[in-house]
Amino acid sequence: MGLLDYFRSQKKTSAGVAKERLQILVAHERAERDRPSYLPQLQKDILEVIRRYVAVDQQAVSVNLEKNAHQEILELNVVLPERDPPGRARAAS
Amino acid sequence: MARIIVITSGKGGVGKTTTSAAFAMGLAQRGHRTAVIDFDVGLRNLDLIMGCERRVVYDFVNVINGEANLNQALIRDKRCDSLFILPASQTRDKEALTREGVARVLEELSETFDYVVCDSPAGIEHGATMAMYFADDAVVVTNPEVSSVRDSDRMLGILASKSRRAENGEEPIREYLLLTRYSPQRVKNGEMLSVDDVQEILALDLLGVVPESQAVLNASNSGTPVILDSESDAGQAYDDLVARYLGEELPHRFLEIQKKGLFGRLFGG
Repeated sequence: MGLLDYFRSQKKTSAGVAKERLQILVAHERAERDRPSYLPQLQKDILEVIRRYVAVDQQAVSVNLEKNAHQEILELNVVLPERDPPGRARAAS
Repeated sequence: MARIIVITSGKGGVGKTTTSAAFAMGLAQRGHRTAVIDFDVGLRNLDLIMGCERRVVYDFVNVINGEANLNQALIRDKRCDSLFILPASQTRDKEALTREGVARVLEELSETFDYVVCDSPAGIEHGATMAMYFADDAVVVTNPEVSSVRDSDRMLGILASKSRRAENGEEPIREYLLLTRYSPQRVKNGEMLSVDDVQEILALDLLGVVPESQAVLNASNSGTPVILDSESDAGQAYDDLVARYLGEELPHRFLEIQKKGLFGRLFGG
């Protein structure tokens, strides 16, 4: 490797940037299209059930399916609202 | 029973028609009876690249609609007896390609041909999905460039889910990567994704690498599939990939910068 190449290798080439961007994008898009088609409906139904008990907003429930060699993991994440500050709670009652 | 090969890419302008013409000619030159079909209804161009644009009488849609039979529409190549071209219609609406109609034509071709090469239009619309639906093998033509690589990956998703083989739960379509317009000099300068980069991202079997070449434009200017220009780098690359498709094991060429000899440098040859 020449001296010039040594200095050049310190800076990321545009091809390197392209590769990195593509790897992230392709991985994301593959995960997206491998999602089973029932996931959005499942997410909606779960949200509805939770809302019968707790007032959560649209984005509070996320459903994710992860696959690895041996198993599929259905991950369900519900963000409960913070407890109302006492002042507001009183005003509401 | 013919093997059906789709030449596809998603993105336009990457070399699908050039590849279809060269690939079909390569198979036919080796003695296989080959038909090549233009699926780009409304924007036909395969006839022009093959140099038979003035011999088109009937087209693919005429055959589907029963206005002509296959033998009337197929154009026999003047350079190679085993090669036939089925041109696309220039005027009709894309929906003219019905799944049943395409199935019927492919079935009839299958009786007498060894290979049917389907030249897909760009995009993921009707014509493109029809071109790939019945495929046994797919050649995904890709340029070493971000949008082309992304679209190719998108195409892989569609091949895996929306083809006949996928819907019937049969063995999936065999997918191959073909990298075109490759410039070893720009790869070396770090300006272009390398073969390894693209393969790493798409995880496909590499069928061939066609270098960026003057010969491709020359070939299309004159209506000659570039594979017939056996002196040229692109012609040789296409010849290699046909051999590879047929099972020969050949090393990939044209991945390194071609050094000009002293003579070439002096005379700019």
